[in-house]
Amino acid sequence: MVTQLYAVLFVSATFVLLGGLGYKIWVFATAPAPLKIPTTPAPVTRTGVVFRMIREIVLFESLFKANKWIWVFGWVFHAGLLVVLLRHLRYFTDPVWGWVVLVQPFGIYAGFAMLAGLIGLAARRIVVPRIRYISAPSDHLMLVLLIAIAGSGLIMKYVVHTDIVAVKAFFLGLMSFELNPLPADPVLLVHLGLVAFMMIIFPFSKLLHGLGLLFSPSRNQVDNPREVRHVAAWAERLVARVKAE
Amino acid sequence: MAKVSDFIVDDSDTDPLAIPKLACGSMRDSKPFVAKDAHQAALGYPGELVDDWQDKAISKMGELLTKYRSLQVYMDSCVKCGACTDKCHYFLGTGDPKNMPVGRQDLMRKVYRRYFTFAGKYMPWLVGAEDLTEDVLDEWYTYYHQCSQCRRCSVYCPFGIDTAEVSMAAREIMDSVGKGQKYCNEIIGKVYKVGNNLGLPAKAIRSTLDGLEEELQEDTGLDIKMPLDQKGVDVLLVTPSADLFAEPHIDGLMGYAKVFHEAGVTWTLSSYASEAANFGMFIGSYENMREVSLRIRKAAEDLQVKRIVFGECGHAWRVAYSFLNTLAGPFDFLDQRYPIPQHICEFTYDMIENGELRFDKSKNDQYRLTYHDSCNVARGSRMGNKPGGQFEIPREILRASCNHFYDMAPDTIKEATLCCGGGGGILTDDLMDVRLKGAQPRMRAMQEVAEEHGVTHLAAICAICKAQFSKVLPAYGFKVNSILSVHQMVSNAIVLTGSIQEKELDEAKTPEAAE
Ligand code: SF4
Ligand code: SF4
Repeated sequence: MVTQLYAVLFVSATFVLLGGLGYKIWVFATAPAPLKIPTTPAPVTRTGVVFRMIREIVLFESLFKANKWIWVFGWVFHAGLLVVLLRHLRYFTDPVWGWVVLVQPFGIYAGFAMLAGLIGLAARRIVVPRIRYISAPSDHLMLVLLIAIAGSGLIMKYVVHTDIVAVKAFFLGLMSFELNPLPADPVLLVHLGLVAFMMIIFPFSKLLHGLGLLFSPSRNQVDNPREVRHVAAWAERLVARVKAE
Repeated sequence: MAKVSDFIVDDSDTDPLAIPKLACGSMRDSKPFVAKDAHQAALGYPGELVDDWQDKAISKMGELLTKYRSLQVYMDSCVKCGACTDKCHYFLGTGDPKNMPVGRQDLMRKVYRRYFTFAGKYMPWLVGAEDLTEDVLDEWYTYYHQCSQCRRCSVYCPFGIDTAEVSMAAREIMDSVGKGQKYCNEIIGKVYKVGNNLGLPAKAIRSTLDGLEEELQEDTGLDIKMPLDQKGVDVLLVTPSADLFAEPHIDGLMGYAKVFHEAGVTWTLSSYASEAANFGMFIGSYENMREVSLRIRKAAEDLQVKRIVFGECGHAWRVAYSFLNTLAGPFDFLDQRYPIPQHICEFTYDMIENGELRFDKSKNDQYRLTYHDSCNVARGSRMGNKPGGQFEIPREILRASCNHFYDMAPDTIKEATLCCGGGGGILTDDLMDVRLKGAQPRMRAMQEVAEEHGVTHLAAICAICKAQFSKVLPAYGFKVNSILSVHQMVSNAIVLTGSIQEKELDEAKTPEAAE
């Protein structure tokens, strides 16, 4: 029963995630940017913009300029999350890729780093009046959700182990549309349930911010308006109104 | 009406970037006058709040979301990280949390979520979504007119979210339902009717220029022309109309004239396009911004010039540099060897680089100077070929023309520059308290260099900054006239070929050389 339920849950969560992402990419990509609005000084070439974006994605350059505490917590959390996700690839590959094997030991530290970053962010959200002011219930709950996911993962690693061989068989099975039994351990079910929930809300919540960065005109535009004329299709169609002279 | 002296300046702290305690609602009552029928009509907007304004506003928002990727992405991408919360000078000066950039964005975001997102439609309490009520509209009107669209927040947001874009969209939505701002809309109307923000007719401009020509003649002994509507010259100079009217702007204009004279470049102003400013940007209206820009194109075509040069004005330079080619291009009828358009600072700097200008810096020895980077130049445009030229070129011009130049603290200049407090359509007497409080961080940064280096004067290349500083400097212990134009410094120090100054300088030098 649990196996069927979670199988359905994960298959649908995957579809919602991919479908939702596709939809959002479509929405962002089809809305034109009618004016050149890079925040200057901005790169004057495409290559320069690629480097600017890489610095933003990898180092959180703007955030670093803004606030060192938010940067530390945010960066440590995201870097931890990345390594943890890579570590989890072992549940979806057979045989496990060589470099994923190498990542395994780091994944543990990364789990703690991720949790530490999240707790730091949550503390700021509560303690700093400015940030408390701008936080809606969903902003707090999003952190609770992530802390619960990270926490339940670490509990399984250190406190109540689960049968990870069976978990792997379950996911590998799902990928070829076969049902293999999922262990009915409560911590595992909580962990997986929350992950599936996060996959579902991902495209429709602020979790999507990474995509936003890629599409942000103030960051991804080349500073060359005098050299290259930039006009949106809807603007091309405008007709000058006749104005009294 | 509120006078400058009615406001008590907060001098409890001297750090320009000191973060104030939250003072919820403290700026709730500061809002500009609403545009009247006639102001609205000239721009194609309804004269008063329309009956079904709520539906209209929501559908306008929907339209803008599909026309501006910036708006769509910015509405969706904020994670409430708080990085921007202490970056707005209006927040630093007032403590009102709705003046934190994210607080300002959220006024629109809560409505966006309510009408355009799943969670906001079905669980508004969870994501802080709200209906667009009369109160919310009122809040929009208040706080979207306490944003100078300076883009300081966009520098620090990890996603580049630019609150200026949100303010522009909000103003466009409000205009479209009949709740416009009098100051901006009346001024745009004047441009359509007369050709400039101040409503100066061609005759008045000509007589001002005649007066200036006389002054230049007296000053230099040279016959320096200030032409208006002259066909077939090299350069069309487009400058803010304040340059024809106010101090210290007008001294800057004389500086441009001297530089053109020395360059041997013929030039003219146009009475039809006698305005560089383009308030269409402030109200977020592509259409109005385009109409104003097209006047410049028409003037350039009618006068058969080869180049367009812009005078000192911040947002005008953003519109010119970043948008003019888009809005009124392509400019294939102009000489392609020069940037289209070019900034007067680029023009002067090129001459300095080529050794074509001579200066007597001692003429500016009575000034101990600092430089204010205007927001729109700093974060919305460029000068020269390299990123950051907009910071270096004006500074190089100042260093070439005076002996005592000191920059303010690094976290208050260049891309981190603090707004003068009067940009983005805020430069109106009905918002005097907003202007005074918003100027606080910049003024404190200036007080720091005043103490450290004895700085007495502030130079700028923006008509709005100059007008704003003339009003707020006295409130912070400086003299009214401690704001200068960059080309005023040029004008004071430049030694024109064949001028009285050249003779004086050469005579003073000769005995030394003989020794
Ligand atoms: S654009 Fe400038 S004035 Fe507006 S919210 Fe951002 S920092 Fe404040
Ligand atoms: S910095 Fe950007 S993401 Fe962070 S709260 Fe401000 S607008 Fe939102």
